[in-house]
Amino acid sequence: MKNRFYFIIGAIIAVLFSACKKDNYDAPQADFTGRIVYKGEPIGVQYGQVNFELWQSGFGNYSALNVNVNQEGSFSAKLFDGNYKLVFSVNQGPFLWKKNAAGKQDTLAVNISGSKTMDIEVTPYYMIRGATLTAASGKVNGFCKLEKIITDANAKNVESVSLYINKTQFVDGGNNFGGAAVQTLSGAAIADLNNLNLSVTIPAITPAQNYVFARIGVKIAGVDDMIFTPVAKITY
Amino acid sequence: MKKYIYAFVAIAYLSFGQSCKKDSEFLDKQPTSTLPIDAVWKDPNLVLTVVGDLYDRYPDFQRIESWWLFADFDEGFASAGGDYFRHQNLEYGYDAWRYWDMGVYGYIRDLNMFIKRGQESTALKPADRDRFMAEARFIRAGVYFEMVKRMGGVPLITVPLDYDYSGDPSYLQYPRAKEAEIYDFVIAELEAVKTILPDDATVKSRATKAAALAMEARAALYAGSIAKYSNSQLSLPGGEVGISSTLANGYFTKALNAAKQIIDGGKYSLYQKNPNLSDNFAALFTDKGSNPEVIFVKDFKLKTNKVHGFTIDNQPRSSAEEAQGGRLNPSLNLVQSFEKLDNTYASLASVDAGGNPVYYTNITDIFAGRDARLAGTVILPGTQFKGKTVDIWAGYQLANGTIITGDNFGQTKDKVLPDNPASVQVVGKDGPVDGLEFSAQSGFYIRKYLDPATGSGQIGTRSDVWWIRYRYAEVLLNAAEAAFELGDFAAAAGYIKPVRDRAGLTTALTPAEITFDRIVHERKVEFAFEGQQLWDMKRWRLADKVWNGSNMSAADFINATNIGSATRTSTQVFGIWPYKYYNPGNANHLKYVFKVIKPSRVTAAHRFRIGNYYSSIGQDVLNGNPKIIRNPNQ
Repeated sequence: MKNRFYFIIGAIIAVLFSACKKDNYDAPQADFTGRIVYKGEPIGVQYGQVNFELWQSGFGNYSALNVNVNQEGSFSAKLFDGNYKLVFSVNQGPFLWKKNAAGKQDTLAVNISGSKTMDIEVTPYYMIRGATLTAASGKVNGFCKLEKIITDANAKNVESVSLYINKTQFVDGGNNFGGAAVQTLSGAAIADLNNLNLSVTIPAITPAQNYVFARIGVKIAGVDDMIFTPVAKITY
Repeated sequence: MKKYIYAFVAIAYLSFGQSCKKDSEFLDKQPTSTLPIDAVWKDPNLVLTVVGDLYDRYPDFQRIESWWLFADFDEGFASAGGDYFRHQNLEYGYDAWRYWDMGVYGYIRDLNMFIKRGQESTALKPADRDRFMAEARFIRAGVYFEMVKRMGGVPLITVPLDYDYSGDPSYLQYPRAKEAEIYDFVIAELEAVKTILPDDATVKSRATKAAALAMEARAALYAGSIAKYSNSQLSLPGGEVGISSTLANGYFTKALNAAKQIIDGGKYSLYQKNPNLSDNFAALFTDKGSNPEVIFVKDFKLKTNKVHGFTIDNQPRSSAEEAQGGRLNPSLNLVQSFEKLDNTYASLASVDAGGNPVYYTNITDIFAGRDARLAGTVILPGTQFKGKTVDIWAGYQLANGTIITGDNFGQTKDKVLPDNPASVQVVGKDGPVDGLEFSAQSGFYIRKYLDPATGSGQIGTRSDVWWIRYRYAEVLLNAAEAAFELGDFAAAAGYIKPVRDRAGLTTALTPAEITFDRIVHERKVEFAFEGQQLWDMKRWRLADKVWNGSNMSAADFINATNIGSATRTSTQVFGIWPYKYYNPGNANHLKYVFKVIKPSRVTAAHRFRIGNYYSSIGQDVLNGNPKIIRNPNQ
């Protein structure tokens, strides 16, 4: 019995102390945070849909670090110190990224040495202006204007404008009370980009809550990712 | 003493006599486990074994050996515990259905080596040798077609490449060819080999003239529709992705001509052996005896290791030969697409126009008067498989709307029905029970490719039903689509007619009724679960509209008006469940009512992004060859 006891002690020591060696590398320390902006205004996107790539040369197994952009256009990544190149791949996000002389996506040099906050400037196809979201008599009413930012050869039309509501803070085409809480105006039906009115009836929620989250999204023809207004929490 | 000398000499001879051979004689021995290449190319039977291996590696994405892939695109629901995730992922990965890695180019190298050795061989009869080489070129065309379909333009390698160990591999780094160039290569190769291959309709598992023409028609049609429906989003400046719209009509003409050669050849016809149109349509896929419709297959054989378990996986649970089955449940999305016999579209009438439930005396009545292919593709509630009626109903509905149901196959309960103390069965032996694997969670089981032979559902026997890659009905529909795109609506109506006649849709479509939506619809119902859907949606550039990531609701399945629309969304699997109405004394007592449901395991809406049109290229490939450029939108 005693033998076995010593054996167990020995085994525990062997297991615990094997972890006391120092690791080869420290964990990454630097926080790289910021927002995707157009002239200082953040660009809202769908959760988990838009990301940019960070490339670091000089190491084997060359591949990109993908950094996701949050709903409200912010991002954050834990990185090792070093020199990175930042790029959005083609047609990622509801905006255009500047191109180099060869017509390829231009990279942005990012030097990380300690934590860093940086806003990334992009050119969206449209901006949603003057959005208001209010609740009245069991409905969420939305109003917004669209400003066409890109008007040259790269300009694109609006495919549709949608008002989504959801009971959690994630609000988009896949998160809206299972498809029940959305109103969509198709691009062809929009007469005036400066006067868009949408309205959605709030479905019954179990367990009951007296608030919903809402936002307006714009789908641009031929672009995967939609541009959104900030998520608004609406109490009714 | 002499004795010792003899012994010594004998030992010395045995020891050293061996080494009198030259080194080269001693070391250069023929291996006994593999055949040298020269020996193979002397005997047609040995070459056939090599060709057999090349055929065996022929690529398919969706096929009967992987039923679960049909659930990824909302044709069916995956009623199996480990596959519910297929309905819970929002989007498809950019690397999904990627077909470009070491294995693929290794395969192409083997094909190129085979062709090169065939050219050098002298021992075979020319007729044999030419057929083998034509088969290898046919397979190689098929592999490049598969690659271009999934990846866009790829490096076009037609000779075996060897490294010279100089330390500089750059001469082996080929850039991507244009997408159109790969299609042109495929079409030209098939044109070249079609006259060498046998023109024999009894050959199904090897390349024939008709197989080459059928592949050519399909490839040209794909290229044509990519040219016609492409947009600036889906193109690269070097043409690696995207085809100029000016080339569209040229490809459509080639597709039509290739299809016409099969049709005019007269060696193939639609399968019409059984007067019962639904049974006939089901038998088309399982009848391996002189089937006039089948052109090129992946074949299987019982009592070898070339068998598959499609029937084991998907047989109705109540009559299964093993304690499993029922995994793939066709979706209501698909079922309601089968049109009515007057060529109109309608949802299944679960409720009338006023929203009141409709009561049916027989459980099959709700499906009456529809395209015969529906019952040939799907096992509907109340229909039979292997002579046994499936038992699909979800429970009792009482007069006050209460549902009485169970949570296991054919469960019985005591005293649950009003004024009835007996123990009654409250749910069908095939379900549906929400979340219970192997039960018909959409209300349906699949019938297409399900083997009616006894023992096909047993693990010890399995099934040898073949996987049809090309069949005559596709040739007709390809011809119809090509003619339609070329503006010849009368010819298109003529090609589409026999396919619809066989389905019992005897009111012919007039040329004016042949629209793009009709073409899309016809392929959807004719080729359900045949692995065509994804590629069709991609080439028409409809995939991002059909799988647009928006949730669906029951309203899409109740008196829906856009069933025939090519752009109708299908992002989530829905089902329809039969209930028995229990209200003694009422005229509708024990009649059936139907409810549109969404299986609770369906939690996300599929989203096909622009970047999914062409699968991403692996980072290892990009790192290994700086000339490769990435696909758009990823």
